[in-house]
Amino acid sequence: MLSVENLHIRFRTGDGMVHAVNDVSFSVDTSSRMAVVGESGSGKSQIALAVMGLLAKNAEVDGRILWNGQDLLAASPREMNRIRAQEIGIIFQDPMSSLNPYMTIERQLTEIVEHHEGMSRRDARARALEVMDAVRIPDAKTRLRAYPHEFSGGMRQRIVIAMALMCRPSLILADEPTTALDVTVQAQIMQLLQDVQSDLGTSVVLITHDLGVVAGFCEDVLVLYGGRIMETARTDTLFDRPSHPYTRGLLRAVPNIEDPSDTLIAIPGSPPNQHRFPQACPFAPRCTDAVDTCRETLPQLRDGRACLRPIEELT
Amino acid sequence: MLAVQNAHVEFRVAQTKKWPWSPAGVVHAVNGVSFDLEPGQTIGIVGESGCGKSTLIRSVAGLTPLASGTVTLDGERVQYDNRASMQRLRATMQMIFQDPIASLNPRMTIREIVTEPLSFFRPEMHIDKRKAAALAMLERVGIPPAQANRFPHEFSGGQCQRIGIARSLVAEPKVLLCDEPVSALDVSVQAQVVNLLKELQREMGLALVFVAHDLGVVRHISDEVLVMYMGAQMERAPAADLVRAPKHPYAQALLSAVPIPDPTVRIAPQMLEGDLPSPMELPPGCLFASRCPHAMTKCANAKPPMLHRDGHEAACFLLEDTPEELDASLEHH
Amino acid sequence: MIGAVKRRLNSAAFADERAGEMVASRSFWADAGRRFLRNRMAVFSVGMLSVLILFAIVGNLFSRWSFEEIDWNVLGRIKEDGGPSLENGHWFGVDELGRDLYARVVQGTRTSLLVGFIAGPVSVLLGATLGALAGYYGGRFDRTVLGAYTIWLAIPYIIFFVVWQAFFGRSMSQMILVIILVNWTAGLLLVRGQVMMLKNREFVDAARMLGMSDFAIIFRHLAPNVLWVVVIYTSLVIPEVIMMESLVSFLGVGIQEPNTSLGALLSEGASTMTFGTLWQLGFPAAVFVLAQVSLFYIGDGLRDALDPKER
Repeated sequence: MLSVENLHIRFRTGDGMVHAVNDVSFSVDTSSRMAVVGESGSGKSQIALAVMGLLAKNAEVDGRILWNGQDLLAASPREMNRIRAQEIGIIFQDPMSSLNPYMTIERQLTEIVEHHEGMSRRDARARALEVMDAVRIPDAKTRLRAYPHEFSGGMRQRIVIAMALMCRPSLILADEPTTALDVTVQAQIMQLLQDVQSDLGTSVVLITHDLGVVAGFCEDVLVLYGGRIMETARTDTLFDRPSHPYTRGLLRAVPNIEDPSDTLIAIPGSPPNQHRFPQACPFAPRCTDAVDTCRETLPQLRDGRACLRPIEELT
Repeated sequence: MLAVQNAHVEFRVAQTKKWPWSPAGVVHAVNGVSFDLEPGQTIGIVGESGCGKSTLIRSVAGLTPLASGTVTLDGERVQYDNRASMQRLRATMQMIFQDPIASLNPRMTIREIVTEPLSFFRPEMHIDKRKAAALAMLERVGIPPAQANRFPHEFSGGQCQRIGIARSLVAEPKVLLCDEPVSALDVSVQAQVVNLLKELQREMGLALVFVAHDLGVVRHISDEVLVMYMGAQMERAPAADLVRAPKHPYAQALLSAVPIPDPTVRIAPQMLEGDLPSPMELPPGCLFASRCPHAMTKCANAKPPMLHRDGHEAACFLLEDTPEELDASLEHH
Repeated sequence: MIGAVKRRLNSAAFADERAGEMVASRSFWADAGRRFLRNRMAVFSVGMLSVLILFAIVGNLFSRWSFEEIDWNVLGRIKEDGGPSLENGHWFGVDELGRDLYARVVQGTRTSLLVGFIAGPVSVLLGATLGALAGYYGGRFDRTVLGAYTIWLAIPYIIFFVVWQAFFGRSMSQMILVIILVNWTAGLLLVRGQVMMLKNREFVDAARMLGMSDFAIIFRHLAPNVLWVVVIYTSLVIPEVIMMESLVSFLGVGIQEPNTSLGALLSEGASTMTFGTLWQLGFPAAVFVLAQVSLFYIGDGLRDALDPKER
């Protein structure tokens, strides 16, 4: 359905070029739940923005983003608007960034379908009530007339999800949808996304740094570091037998509340410098398994892992 | 080492005033929290955003006035309006902050930043000795002293937090208040900082007060955990016990929602219904009653006492009646 | 471990060893300087302004006439003989009273630049200090300052000039003083806003955790962080102040004759324009425009070099 091929994203900045995403390829199937996991600077959000055609002006993009066969990077602004409104929904970390504080919820929900699908006010309202129910907002009828500030953070994120659902998109990109929320609310929102996904058959790409959330929600995982894919795998496999030193390090570094004997094993060093296009494995400077070749050769993604060391030799 | 007794913090908010002369509204941010702490120990304070956990430690540090309650440090009661007492407090107790970059002055080199506390707490020390001490501290937290003339923006978030730790510990305090010190950091770096704090705690015999919303991190670093809700203390227990079998319904709901980084474990988060009470007009009874799945009539009318059961300390009427049965029925995970 | 660290740091060798390794780093101001130097127009404008300043200081040396001396030879025949001439030493011609215009432009430039470069920075400093205090303390003090600010903006400043000069005369120092008083609001809101934002940064809490006084926090920790705003704002206020001085002089409530300023010269030049003595307007106007344009580009360059948002 969505297929990203050899995507490169660079930003021209005052301090020179920043290579945010370097040669990333992946695809998303119909009705699937995929996670894009990475830390800050891994380029995970930039990929979502590139798919939506929302990258900042100083970005340079190469590669192809195929949406049902159509290259989104070559699509006209008008066409992108239509796709954004009807086919791909996006949920950002801060719900207020997607909501207009001066418009009622009803207006914000119905505007898109009235404009893009030529739906009548009454039908649009019926649809709005439907999605408000779908995201479990109680007393939907009266709350449609409220303004965003009258809702709590969790409720606002539900409204943003409702907005994304209005046009019955076939793909939802959720960029850190619960990072700004408390754990109890996070659990509710993740539950909601899961229900929406299974009930409506929408695909969800969850972009996050939180491996706990990934474990509970996704079927497939793509691990990014320094703008490159380190590893892709089924969720069970990734958590059970991570094949890349970075994934292993990440899993050991996450404190697990269930595991009483846990000692956190930190990954040494700092996130990579992105001013140069990586000539070698971007993780090599922090990798305890790195050998000289790792610092000289750029590993390619093969069998779901981009690592020059054989799995058996990793610590 | 540090004992906090029945701390209350209130804020006046002018926004709700109808007329310039009407009285300001009062937000009850912290409503009676007590804990004590021994050298080398860590207490974790958890709760959701707005529960008053940061406000609590800021008021203990003297950055926000305490409305009532007492703080005893090193056997001496802290007088927040007395300069000498405050200076003793600050020499004994320091703080690290949530935003590693905003907590460093962007116009000072990191050497100046880390040297500054010594000019307040070790004025007798020679200036060269102070500089050398700052460099040694930077080296200890993993910042090469050769980079000491750099400015904060030349470091990553994790390094900035190390520099913040160096600043807070350079004058060798005995208590370190940590206000969400790792929540702005990436997972891989978060573990570095947590481990560093643990090492420094062992070396210096520090007592840590660790405020965070991430229960995994708190569980990992703390000996004891205090759960707050609406500014009040719900439960306090040894970390392992709290995680294994929380007694208070709020602590249970909170823990049930923590995601587990293991796809074979299915969590069953409890959904809390109902609204939070307004912090400007607190209900007379239990603050959690409006959302509590086990709420009884008396919960809305009377404050539940702090009850001690199996090493836990929880403010809930349920414990009063049938503690054993409650344990069994609310076993989760 | 701590014991070992202590022993080490108490050795003098340690300090020396460390000092040797230290890498010098670029400070914010060094960086800003580099960026400013990259801006050709701004650098050129600095050169231009320096020439003007030099002109105001040593321009007299090249003049054969003083600025108050009347040349009786040309008086009465100004349209015919009073134009710019190398023979009689009136490089810029004479004004309508037969005084040497070159000497008067030098004197006027001096007045205008002095007013600009004294009254501008001093009034910004005043406004910035008030703004910083209001922003830091907030509450009643803030409300009082803001109230005074609002009321002040509602008073037309020309009235203030007229009243002030009726009481205290029209000397240059009075002029500077009254401009400072009129402009005390300069930069107040800007610095207040910056300080309100900065005081919630955690480095301020860290400073309070050392027991630092409010005064020290404002001047040691906050001031270096708002200095860039103050510098940019000052560069905007200086041409504004020169303009204000020119305007009131143009309206006739400025500097006392025979002293003059660019504004007063412009005013005289404009009033005699119809008699065909265009040089009387042209020379002061050229200097005035040169000063304003170069100040504008310098301000522009400073903004580009200092504003962190640009990066």
